[in-house]
Amino acid sequence: MTGLALEAINVSKRFGDLQALDRVSLKLKKGGIHALLGENGAGKSTLVKCIVGFYTPDEGEVLLGEHQQLISNPRDAHDLGIGMVYQHFTLVPNMTVLENLVLARPRLPSIIDWNKERMAIAERMKGMPFQLPLDAPVNHLAAGEKQKLEIIKQLLLDVKVLILDEPTSVLTPDEADEVLGQIKDMARRTGLAVLMITHKFREVVLYADDVTVLRRGRYVGSERVGDVSVEKMSEMMVGREFSGTALAREPAADQGVKLAIDALTIEDDSGLPAVSNLSLTVKGGEIVGIAGVSGNGQRELVEALAGQRPTTGGEIRVMGERYRGERQELLRHRFHCLPEEPLRNASVSRMSVAENLGFRCFDRPPHSIGGFLRRRAINAYAQRLIAEFKVSPANTAIPIGNLSGGNVQRAILARELWDQPNVLVVANPCFGLDFTAVAEIHARLMAARNAGAAVLLISEDLDEIIELADRIDVISDGRLVYETTPQAADPIVIGHHMAGHAGEPHAH
Amino acid sequence: MNADDIQWLNVFIAVLGGATRVGTPFLFVSLGECLTEKSGRINLGLEGNLIMGAMAGYGISWLTGSPWLGVFAAGATGLVLGFIHALLCQQPRVNDIAVGIALMILGTGLAFFLGKPLIQPSAPKLAAVHLASWSDNPALRSALEINILFVVGALLAPAMAWFFKNTRWGLAIRTVGESDDAARAMGLDINGVRMLATMAGGFLAGVGGAFLSLYYPGGWSEGLSSGQGLMAVALVIFARWDPIRCLYASLLFGGAGALGPALQSVGVTSGYYLFNAAPYALTLVLMIATSSTKVRSRMPGTLAAR
Repeated sequence: MTGLALEAINVSKRFGDLQALDRVSLKLKKGGIHALLGENGAGKSTLVKCIVGFYTPDEGEVLLGEHQQLISNPRDAHDLGIGMVYQHFTLVPNMTVLENLVLARPRLPSIIDWNKERMAIAERMKGMPFQLPLDAPVNHLAAGEKQKLEIIKQLLLDVKVLILDEPTSVLTPDEADEVLGQIKDMARRTGLAVLMITHKFREVVLYADDVTVLRRGRYVGSERVGDVSVEKMSEMMVGREFSGTALAREPAADQGVKLAIDALTIEDDSGLPAVSNLSLTVKGGEIVGIAGVSGNGQRELVEALAGQRPTTGGEIRVMGERYRGERQELLRHRFHCLPEEPLRNASVSRMSVAENLGFRCFDRPPHSIGGFLRRRAINAYAQRLIAEFKVSPANTAIPIGNLSGGNVQRAILARELWDQPNVLVVANPCFGLDFTAVAEIHARLMAARNAGAAVLLISEDLDEIIELADRIDVISDGRLVYETTPQAADPIVIGHHMAGHAGEPHAH
Repeated sequence: MNADDIQWLNVFIAVLGGATRVGTPFLFVSLGECLTEKSGRINLGLEGNLIMGAMAGYGISWLTGSPWLGVFAAGATGLVLGFIHALLCQQPRVNDIAVGIALMILGTGLAFFLGKPLIQPSAPKLAAVHLASWSDNPALRSALEINILFVVGALLAPAMAWFFKNTRWGLAIRTVGESDDAARAMGLDINGVRMLATMAGGFLAGVGGAFLSLYYPGGWSEGLSSGQGLMAVALVIFARWDPIRCLYASLLFGGAGALGPALQSVGVTSGYYLFNAAPYALTLVLMIATSSTKVRSRMPGTLAAR
């Protein structure tokens, strides 16, 4: 099946001073997957929001199908059969799969006949690429199942164009392969047109038929996937030959164990065990990476290490001493922590950059004397930090919440890396950042390691862990289930363990 | 059976009877609060709705001679207060708790002010159905005087549970209460749904007020409500946002509230005020006992998220 499903012609969109999209065109064919590739901030989301009618383009137009219908608002897009799966889930967690599917129907009857709905949906479900238990509450589903449910929700609406926003960001490699493979089959079979936003070359190469690359809001080009190499794509995406410069990993001097976790047990908010009987050690001059799919106890572990969550069993030792996450201990051991989403978890967004950067040291001389803050000293200190870490804008007086995501990340990292940490706990440090920022943050973490810090890196990005870590552990359901080294690491094997399929044979 | 046993039996019967009498205002306010909270907003102003409803219901009943018109007037007053709450809360950066407290004080003050001329007159009351005219036990007879409003409330609870589960509107309210993102993706008007849920909840709380002035304890005075509107908020948490559990919880609170008067009627006067504090003590105990995270997991998502 061929023919155009959707066409965007010279679409431009400007927000204030920012030209978010500059004359971008895109042709989406029926019966295949079209990848939209670009760094963060390249304008992928803006383009898609123009397509689904969420934004009105300043110039250009979006046309659907052979009849060249114009899309001017979300309702049009919906009525014309464009469905979008967002990166964050739009499911109702306290409802069942069935309720969520029925809820998505545009014209619900006033009174819902659950038996009829159940039979109708069970019947349609047979033709779907994946199956899900209809009566399971959504909050009991794993992330991968939620993603499948989101996709089924759209497919049940008989969409002709399906837009997926970073569909595999919460999936293990296995799950990603399954979901994308099935979607590709379905597209071939039914003539569905799929537009997939991504920044993973692997998915483009394996599953997409065409690729369109955006850079800084501009259209760089469209290619048949078979005609273009990964090097060429990354060059289109970043604008220069992407060199995977290996980070300078100095041989580790044996510094002894700085962080030791022994049989640690932590409960989640509902009192269920989130981390069970977890033991690990991190030596000075070593990065230990913990890989895992989001929601397997990582958040609770980081919170416990940061002193934000009580533990229910086991103990944490830092520099050989029992550690309870108290401020005195943090200061004495130079125990530093960069949690995920630092704007929410490690800063006060309405307080100024200077105040936020002073959190570690505001109560010590020279930043305060006799209990009184010395604003000038704190400011000067913050100025040094943001100059060193290239935080922009270089203004310490504005609220930290006004900075962009990457700059918040840099600012908080500056606070945590300053003053030679002994132990550094880092969670998803590069989530949502672009290439350049990622490379810089990786280099900083490696430098901290080389300087003798014990680094515990907890990340959902397996590539990041393989690149940085000296040893790799896999967390699944609150337990460390697998240990390997970056040299021996096989992403597929690690993926199996991430998904909790332990005990399957794997060769080394 | 000796006289002592009969006395304690009478206390027991009186507590059971009191459960429906004292519990009815709890029932209406908690159903109203349950409806509002399911949509993702907390209305602490329902105490104000209750008192305004009591005043308006009594006034209209006195002016028109029809207690049922009074009940509707009470509901309408609650509807208006709910509208004000919803309108204020949908402004940017307005906190629903603060608005609720303001409206509680406004409603109470306004009712005292407007209700001054109503303290003297005697308005027609709601009639009760006597289910125990066959019995010659006065305690039993009084316990089985059931008010129609209680029956309405008791039927409303399962009806509301059915509504949440089986109707488009019920699903819309739950979705809005569970997740803003999901509601937006469905194209629901979040503020509109919350507005209607808050208004309907306000209506129910107003009706609960009418029961206070037009049936039990009856009459209009400034001491008519003793915080039932606020306790109902705790009751909704105890009931885990389930209308049918709201009914049971209201009966429990009603029974606790009837304990003091029942003991007094058999001549136990020592510690009278202590027994009158039973509902408040019960509120505290239940709040502590149910403050676990397991209860929280039943909480509408948008409330749990803050």
